[in-house]
Amino acid sequence: MREKQPEKVPFWLDPKKRAILFQIAVLGIVGLIGYYLVSNTIFNLKRQSIATGFSFLHKESSFEIGESLISYSAASSYGKALIVGALNTLEVSFIGIVLTLILGTFVGIARLSTNWLVSKLAGIFIEFMQDIPVLLQLFFWYAIFYDSLPSPRQALAPISGLILSNRGIAFAVPAPSPAHKYMVFFFLAACIVTYFIRRWAKRRQEKTGQYFPTFRVGLALIVGLPLVVWLLFGAPTKMNIPKLVGFNFKGGLTLSPEFVALLLGLVLYTSAFVAEVVRAGIQSVSKGQREAAMAIGLRPSQVLNLVILPQALRVIIPPLTSQMLNLTKNSSLAVAIGFPDFVSVANTTINQTGQSIEGVALIMALYLIFSLSTSAFMNWYNKKAALVER
Amino acid sequence: MSLNDPGDTRTQGVKPPVTHVGILGWMKANLFNGALNSVLTIATLYLLWKVVPPLIRWAFIDSVWHTTGKACRHAAGACWSVVWENIRFILFGFYPYDSQWRPLVAMLLLFGLLFYSQNRKHWKKHLIYVWIGGLFVMGLLMKGGLFGLSSVESTKWSGLPLTLLLSIFGLTAAYPLGVVLALGRRSKMVLVKWLSVTYIEMIRGVPLISLLFMSAIIFPLFLPEGITINKILRAQVAIILFTAAYIAEVVRGGLQAMPRGQYEAAESMGLNYYLTMRLVILPQALKIVIPPTVSILISAFKDTSLVVIIALWDLLKTTQSVLANPEWMGFSAEAYIFIALLYFGGCFSMSSYSRKLERELSAGEQQ
Repeated sequence: MREKQPEKVPFWLDPKKRAILFQIAVLGIVGLIGYYLVSNTIFNLKRQSIATGFSFLHKESSFEIGESLISYSAASSYGKALIVGALNTLEVSFIGIVLTLILGTFVGIARLSTNWLVSKLAGIFIEFMQDIPVLLQLFFWYAIFYDSLPSPRQALAPISGLILSNRGIAFAVPAPSPAHKYMVFFFLAACIVTYFIRRWAKRRQEKTGQYFPTFRVGLALIVGLPLVVWLLFGAPTKMNIPKLVGFNFKGGLTLSPEFVALLLGLVLYTSAFVAEVVRAGIQSVSKGQREAAMAIGLRPSQVLNLVILPQALRVIIPPLTSQMLNLTKNSSLAVAIGFPDFVSVANTTINQTGQSIEGVALIMALYLIFSLSTSAFMNWYNKKAALVER
Repeated sequence: MSLNDPGDTRTQGVKPPVTHVGILGWMKANLFNGALNSVLTIATLYLLWKVVPPLIRWAFIDSVWHTTGKACRHAAGACWSVVWENIRFILFGFYPYDSQWRPLVAMLLLFGLLFYSQNRKHWKKHLIYVWIGGLFVMGLLMKGGLFGLSSVESTKWSGLPLTLLLSIFGLTAAYPLGVVLALGRRSKMVLVKWLSVTYIEMIRGVPLISLLFMSAIIFPLFLPEGITINKILRAQVAIILFTAAYIAEVVRGGLQAMPRGQYEAAESMGLNYYLTMRLVILPQALKIVIPPTVSILISAFKDTSLVVIIALWDLLKTTQSVLANPEWMGFSAEAYIFIALLYFGGCFSMSSYSRKLERELSAGEQQ
């Protein structure tokens, strides 16, 4: 090794050294910008005498929140107010996601229907919902409540037990009974048992080829067990029916216009995207797969469960998760129509305390937690669902 | 044997059954194939019959178009007057009334430019200059102050021009930033990669509204004393930073789809990193991600409506302020339907253009 050419190369032409220099420069620039902004901010905060830090979380909030899943009053702390907001965000996102999945799957399948009318209608629904900003949809539904529905005194009652007014939707719910607790317990127990039956049936089928009707047995367990419990408790059918007392409804369950408008807007908007995801997923499974499955004598339900769905889901799940995440992020638009979600509560907190940096940081942190945990789930799923090639 | 073989007399004059051709055949194949579909068709038709005629009655037959708000209260149908009587405020907001032809001309110019650029034959270098010139003229029309046009403060820009401004500048500025971020994420330099990944994931993890809040209330704290930046510009920066992260992810998809051979071929020709990217990789990568880029474009266009929440006077806000006027209170549905149609027009033309482009480009691949 006599010739050592690399030494002759000046350092700015050596890719490795150049990369290091470049990175130092980038770090320097980013650091300088960061230092500039932070120093300005500290100076400005001092000048305007704005407090810093999160100690405000323990102070009394002194504002009311319209809807809360936990007990809350104006005497509670800001911290508790934010928890109420976070729970409201979770509530509306969770219900929204469940409804979106149902409606989206339904519309997606309708889009693929051989029935021309159904397919075209689904297409029109998808196109319209996707092309109108979700915020405008929220305003629209909220306005429908306020402009078109009568006051509680002249409330509409299309069917008994359901009352529509500009104060929200009130409907009858089963009166509390000791049976409910046990029904929920047995429902969950049935779900767990079904899960294990499914695992056992799958293993047995792979070993011996014997088929076990998991779906029917599972359905019987999940529906049947709570039903049996209900009958054992003497089949309580008493309902709590909403009644007008003063200006509001007592009894039953009342959903506020803000909540309903938010839910309706989010679900309709997102389900259009979910429908497209579902359609693309089902179309991604080639026709030959179905034909081959049928040729080896599988039943239609088996074709769907063993051949079509596992392949379609691999395509569907990743974009579906990101749509669910979008719905959660879009629920932050609640602030525009006055539903007390996390952003809305944080916004009020910012206005009262003036601690905008902490407030916005909290908003970002909450949503980052949502999205990072979702992407962690996605990575886990992708690993699990990845094609195992021989 | 050809189909029109005169020798074969057996099939001559025999027509296919009536139920297999024409309208009847089409209906049988597409609406009544099987019991389930027949039931579905009839149920859907019944539903449509219940919904559509009353809707048409409300929107067209019983509706009023040019009345005052008071007269509207007696109308049985839709009150489109809320739109037509306030159309200039909804579209142009606080822009001086006498000069509203200027944003109108600017918008027409924009639509003309968009229409001109949609033809792929015009995708040449001169298009860039046409756009730069066009944007300059539009800016001049909006801002004024030259050639005898009176100067209009940007705080008075509102309505549809503001919506379009936020979308167009948001996208043109976000696109190069997104490409740089995507290249950064694919870079071999650890620090650059790490910075890009952090930026992209942070931005994609938070809702746009949090960035808009940041631009509205925190950003002034970042600046030294005495320096203020226009509120519109701040929101614009937030939209750019937000959209760039999404574009970066789309472009990364394109970069990942490039086969290794392309990089190696470029390297073996002695091209450096910059030339490899500019001449070989990016032209191909950006081309294959045109369809997803357009859907980013569409959502960015829709997302500009969020500036309402930080009290910027975009199309949605001007409409809401009309609806807050006691005379027009209660006609929200009509007004919202009108702007929904505007948004729909914009998004639908973009998405159908993207589909057309996708077809054309994939046809090119197959040749």
